[in-house]
Amino acid sequence: MATRTIVEVPGVERRRRLDETYIGEWLMTTDHKKIGVMYMLTGFAFFLVGGLEALLIRTQLAVPNGHVLSPQVYDQIFTMHGVTMIFLFVMPTLTGFGNYIVPLMIGARDMAFPRLNAFGYWLVLFGGVFLNSSFLFAAAPNNGWFNYAPLTELNTACGNAVMCSPGINEDFWLLGILLLGISSIAGSLNFVVMILRMRAPGMTINRMPLFTWMTLVTAFLLLFALPSLTAASVMMLLDRHLGTHFYTFASGGDPLLWQHLFWSFGHPEVYILILPVFGMISEILPVFARKPIFGYTFIAWSGVAIGFLSFTVWAHHMFAVGLPLIAQAFFAASTTLIAIPTAVKIFNWIATIWFGKVSLKVPMLFALGFIAMFLIGGLDGAALALVPFDYQVTDTYFVVSHLHYVLFGGSVFGIFAGFYYWFPKISGKLMNERLGQVQFWLTLIGVNMTFFSMHILGLLGMPRRIYTYPDNLGWNEMNLLQTAGAFILGIAIMVFFWNLIISLRSGEPAGDDPWDAFTLEWDTTSPPAHYNFLKIPTVRSRRPFYDKKNPDIADWKTATH
Amino acid sequence: MRMPIFRGMKHWGKIIPAVLLSSLLFAACGGNSPTILNPTGPVAVHEANFFWFILSVATVVFVIVEGLLIWSIIRYRQRPNSPAPRQIHGNNTVEFIWTVVPSLFLFAVLGGTIYTMFNLSNIPSTNASIPEIRVAAVGHQWWWEFDYPNQHVVTADTLYLPRGAVVTMDLLSRNVIHSFWVPSITGKTDVIPGHDNMKVFRADVPGEYRGMCAEFCGAQHAHMNFNVVVLDTNAFNAWLSNEQQKAQTPTDLLALQGQKIFTGTGGCTGCHGIVGVNLTSFDAAKTNSGLSADALVGPNLTHFAERQLISGGVLIASDGHNWANDPACQLVNGQLVNKDSCGLYQWLHAPQAVKPGNDMVIGNLSDSQIYALIAYLQSLK
Repeated sequence: MATRTIVEVPGVERRRRLDETYIGEWLMTTDHKKIGVMYMLTGFAFFLVGGLEALLIRTQLAVPNGHVLSPQVYDQIFTMHGVTMIFLFVMPTLTGFGNYIVPLMIGARDMAFPRLNAFGYWLVLFGGVFLNSSFLFAAAPNNGWFNYAPLTELNTACGNAVMCSPGINEDFWLLGILLLGISSIAGSLNFVVMILRMRAPGMTINRMPLFTWMTLVTAFLLLFALPSLTAASVMMLLDRHLGTHFYTFASGGDPLLWQHLFWSFGHPEVYILILPVFGMISEILPVFARKPIFGYTFIAWSGVAIGFLSFTVWAHHMFAVGLPLIAQAFFAASTTLIAIPTAVKIFNWIATIWFGKVSLKVPMLFALGFIAMFLIGGLDGAALALVPFDYQVTDTYFVVSHLHYVLFGGSVFGIFAGFYYWFPKISGKLMNERLGQVQFWLTLIGVNMTFFSMHILGLLGMPRRIYTYPDNLGWNEMNLLQTAGAFILGIAIMVFFWNLIISLRSGEPAGDDPWDAFTLEWDTTSPPAHYNFLKIPTVRSRRPFYDKKNPDIADWKTATH
Repeated sequence: MRMPIFRGMKHWGKIIPAVLLSSLLFAACGGNSPTILNPTGPVAVHEANFFWFILSVATVVFVIVEGLLIWSIIRYRQRPNSPAPRQIHGNNTVEFIWTVVPSLFLFAVLGGTIYTMFNLSNIPSTNASIPEIRVAAVGHQWWWEFDYPNQHVVTADTLYLPRGAVVTMDLLSRNVIHSFWVPSITGKTDVIPGHDNMKVFRADVPGEYRGMCAEFCGAQHAHMNFNVVVLDTNAFNAWLSNEQQKAQTPTDLLALQGQKIFTGTGGCTGCHGIVGVNLTSFDAAKTNSGLSADALVGPNLTHFAERQLISGGVLIASDGHNWANDPACQLVNGQLVNKDSCGLYQWLHAPQAVKPGNDMVIGNLSDSQIYALIAYLQSLK
């Protein structure tokens, strides 16, 4: 019987398909990890853009009567700084963390709708590029990230002999925001379905890691808050281009309608920017204190409470618009209410490190710095709920200080904590510890130098969004101090990117579980294989990986949850 | 094992007080600032009291919480051979305490807030002869018009108020949203087209105060400031009776020539009114809406020479007092000695260079025509 052998024909090699090339692999991927990394890199790239804009603002304001930027350019820069930091840095970066980490944390193999997930990412990238392409036309959005009507209307709709927004600047904002909104809805749907339907066996709602909890709450917030912004933006487009009058008083519209719609998105948005960070902090503190999170249930449900209450506080951005006093009293009360779950979280975090064994690795430094800085943002936020005091300091640098303590001291510290914490999982390498410490201390000094004195500047009567100021009002020294602080922050960010580059190139190998962590994402290789887990783990408590490593004192034996 | 935090602790101990202290020092330096901490009226006093209250509460909370945080970092830091900590998952009693105690406190504060809010406008008059006065502040892009409907006076850029009178301020806009703010006297209320807001306050101490627009209103939002001049009753009445006069025809030849330019080649009357020249009274330019600005876009110039600011404070008389006697704008033999140091000249020569984007347009005037206009404007006392 003759045997046949298959002979390889030399010289005939199948051409690689696009998705097999390195570039194509990233372009066409639906892997939640790759998409997560792309979200984060995109976010960090826009962080650089927004940071550059911040430095331009601070350069213009360094001295009185500054001439670095014209008023027209200044308005574009401060608007794009806010829009970029909120919509193109913090939101995509946090979505990136959610994308990469949450499926691993809950023992899923991917997001619920991988293709929709990729679609969401590309929309963010194109939306961000679209928004920033406005600079090429010298027509970047210039009415602040809040875009109050009727300043945003076309001239004809705005009243007599006034300057409104005839250019395409405003249209860039409206269309860009609509694009980003579609992306957020897609991402949120994905998170909700994945978290509710795809958890590993045994991982009940009550055993989900807190970062997963907060990502879930955030996804719901986006789903319910974005329609308001979308509707508001579409109505503005109609006003501008199809002759409707939703926001023009002279034709029976109402400029305050915009503010109500915008802030009923805008305040939940504030929590969209911070809740995932609350979740990250709640993951990092226990690992570096070698204890479980204190008061898991209270942290989880205070997050849910914040989510619900965040829809009831929008008009505290509008105390000065002349709402009826009884309405102002309502919003003062709801704002007071939302302070309570926030305080509960801070107490629980401190209780988590209490009696612990605190190791001050860089992720922990940033997590502790987060608590210290967010507390300041919480306290001056509570001050702003005192309505008579708010009449004085709203729209001043006091509010600029408050929001930067929350967003920089809060969200950005949290993002760095999370990045240093999960970078070994993503890359298989450790970030450089020494550079991380340098970055932390520079950031801490820079934040307080830049933003603490803004409280006082606000009390001294400096309003927001002015492109220059006279030299005889006692504002000079503090503005100069803030500019110096901003440049220190700039250096800190450079240290971070330097650290990122050298760690990627030649960082120490991390191993699968460098922090001796508690949750499932560490119970797989670093970086994880495409399918995440060889075998989906079974969960019996809130710390499944801790249980696996400490079978004798496993949580499921000692605690019931 | 090295403990970087100990080096860090020293930093903490130095940096935070240094930042706090230096900030306070800077604050003390700001003697000229429109600060909210030096209130001169009951509304601003209430608002500032809330600040001092929350500052003391926040300081206590800050010190306690940051103290606990830092203490627990030091006390529970990882030491060589320190044992694994006890695995504590929570404690419902402490959760209950730290939920309820702050809640009770916060709601007590909320009660005070709401009480003060509702009573902020209930202020008695302390001026027997002028117990109350009604003024409309009209927000333009970018300057403020002040209309005294009962006294039949319309002016701009400077708000005169009698000491101790209860001021009812109507806040009107027909363009975009502005916000009326005089930090020393009263907090903000927005000026919104279609929502004719009102602010009630009282100014107790004669003097000059800085007012500002506090809501972003376009490219020159930074230059939408105004002065508030609080006067004793007699001085206020004197100001008022002068202000109610129509403009006097100048005797000086140069000024007379300037008046001709104002009504003729300058094209000024297209936007500006002067009572006695192109207006019969302060109310003459008002339309049914009650706003003179609906008919005339620019400010009423009847007593321009008494003013200190031009167009939202973009230019200020160099003597810090008024344009009538501004030394930088003294005409010698019909000439300005140094025209570039005279704000009025700059404004009439190139208003768009001084304040890009504002509504002021002026014909192409020669220097001698501008000098004549300056002489005329300086005669409008």
